[in-house]
Amino acid sequence: MTGEMVDARAGLPAPVKGDGEVGGGKGAPGGQAPRTGGPRVIPRVSTFRVALESGTFTVTAEIGPPRGADPGAIERKVAPLRDWVTAVNITDNQGASVRLANWAGSLAAMAAGVEPIMQLTCRDRNRIALQSDLLGASAMGIPNILVMTGDHPRFGDHADAKPVFDLDSVQLLWAARAMRDEGRLLSGRKLSPPPGWFLGAVENPSAPPARFRAARLGKKVAAGAQFVQTQYVFDAAAFGEWMAQVRDLGVHERCHILAGVGPISSLRALAHLERGVPGVQVPAGVARRLRGVPQDRVADEGIAICAETISELRRIPGVAGVHVMAVGAEHRVPVILRQAGLGPVLVTGRPGHAS
Amino acid sequence: MYLLHHVLEPNAGYRRLATWLEARPRLRRLFTATEKSVKQEIFGCRMCGQCTLPSTGYTCPMTCPKQLRNGPCGGVGADGCCEVYPEMRCVWVEAFERAESQGRPDDLLRLQLPIDHRLWGQSSWIRYWQGRDEGLWTDPASSRRGQ
Repeated sequence: MTGEMVDARAGLPAPVKGDGEVGGGKGAPGGQAPRTGGPRVIPRVSTFRVALESGTFTVTAEIGPPRGADPGAIERKVAPLRDWVTAVNITDNQGASVRLANWAGSLAAMAAGVEPIMQLTCRDRNRIALQSDLLGASAMGIPNILVMTGDHPRFGDHADAKPVFDLDSVQLLWAARAMRDEGRLLSGRKLSPPPGWFLGAVENPSAPPARFRAARLGKKVAAGAQFVQTQYVFDAAAFGEWMAQVRDLGVHERCHILAGVGPISSLRALAHLERGVPGVQVPAGVARRLRGVPQDRVADEGIAICAETISELRRIPGVAGVHVMAVGAEHRVPVILRQAGLGPVLVTGRPGHAS
Repeated sequence: MYLLHHVLEPNAGYRRLATWLEARPRLRRLFTATEKSVKQEIFGCRMCGQCTLPSTGYTCPMTCPKQLRNGPCGGVGADGCCEVYPEMRCVWVEAFERAESQGRPDDLLRLQLPIDHRLWGQSSWIRYWQGRDEGLWTDPASSRRGQ
């Protein structure tokens, strides 16, 4: 899949010269060989982007970094997915609980041979830190960034923390795009060389105000989003209605849309989702199916439902792929994909799915 | 609410008043305190000093726990309530309903630029009348086909 490219970048790149030296304007022109002196832009080919642009149905999966300092934890989660997904999301202190840093997790994923999509939230950093992290990600060759507002600290393990939210997700997308495409910071200062990544956003099609959600995605695309991953979809029909609005606005032509899916692995998880994970709705039919099987079959039924949802989503025009969120059960992602009729990603040749 | 917009619309008189007030710190403070109490009462104003009310259906986005100025987050409950404070209606659900009922849904497609945190506590009317608020937001991002 991403073998050569990632391996080339997994090692630490030669240091990029500081701003002052580059600012002299004597920088070598583009096209020079990498890893020689002088300012240069590290090649940041996003295999994920190539897959989406080739039109193949593209699969990504979510990886939650560990609560601990062991980088091997990422490798153990990522390795079983290497042949099955095009890229993995590395979350940014998901649920507002402290985990190993998003950038460190992304580097660990690259070292394990899987392309990362680094999630970046507005919850914990002001605009100075956000732009700094964006530069750092680019310099280290992290090819994809997913921007989101982030859960409120109240839901996390440090409920007493100060919520930052200096920028919102739309402003951060806009700032990131200007950094990349115009080579300038929010302050107006020039960047040399400018960073480069494939930029994404999130959207929740099922949360109120429902009639605004497609237009809101349009706004994020106008601000800079090139791909979007959605919140969990359990009701493919309802998602299809939202997609119809998205198509109506022509947003799917300007942005690759990946529907978020995930298996409900236990009745406890089901109850948790039903009790109210904000913005997530489980249809009655799904709940009935899960409660209708013996206790030891619930996890398998959850996987079957997830696979069926993927198959339904594939038939909706404008859906470019799926993002599988099986946090805590990442190793079961291949089973889900196989049941959904999605074979392994081709190791050579096209970066997307064979089927 | 939109009536208020017409009442406060900048004109030469307001501009002169704003310039006059700016040069008189004590009066400016008094004016700011009045603005604060009026807007706090009606909108729950937090005095960010960069008022966006006319473009957000006269709903103050700074009352959102995440202070989102560009639309709702993904955590709005099915009943339209805030995920952080479930007893509160989502500011953006409110904004959308108001803007839509007034025939101004495209207002919400404006990109609200990052705010200047140095302006907290200052009068936004004085800024508004002097035309300093013009860079606060862009034209509505076209969400239509072909931009």
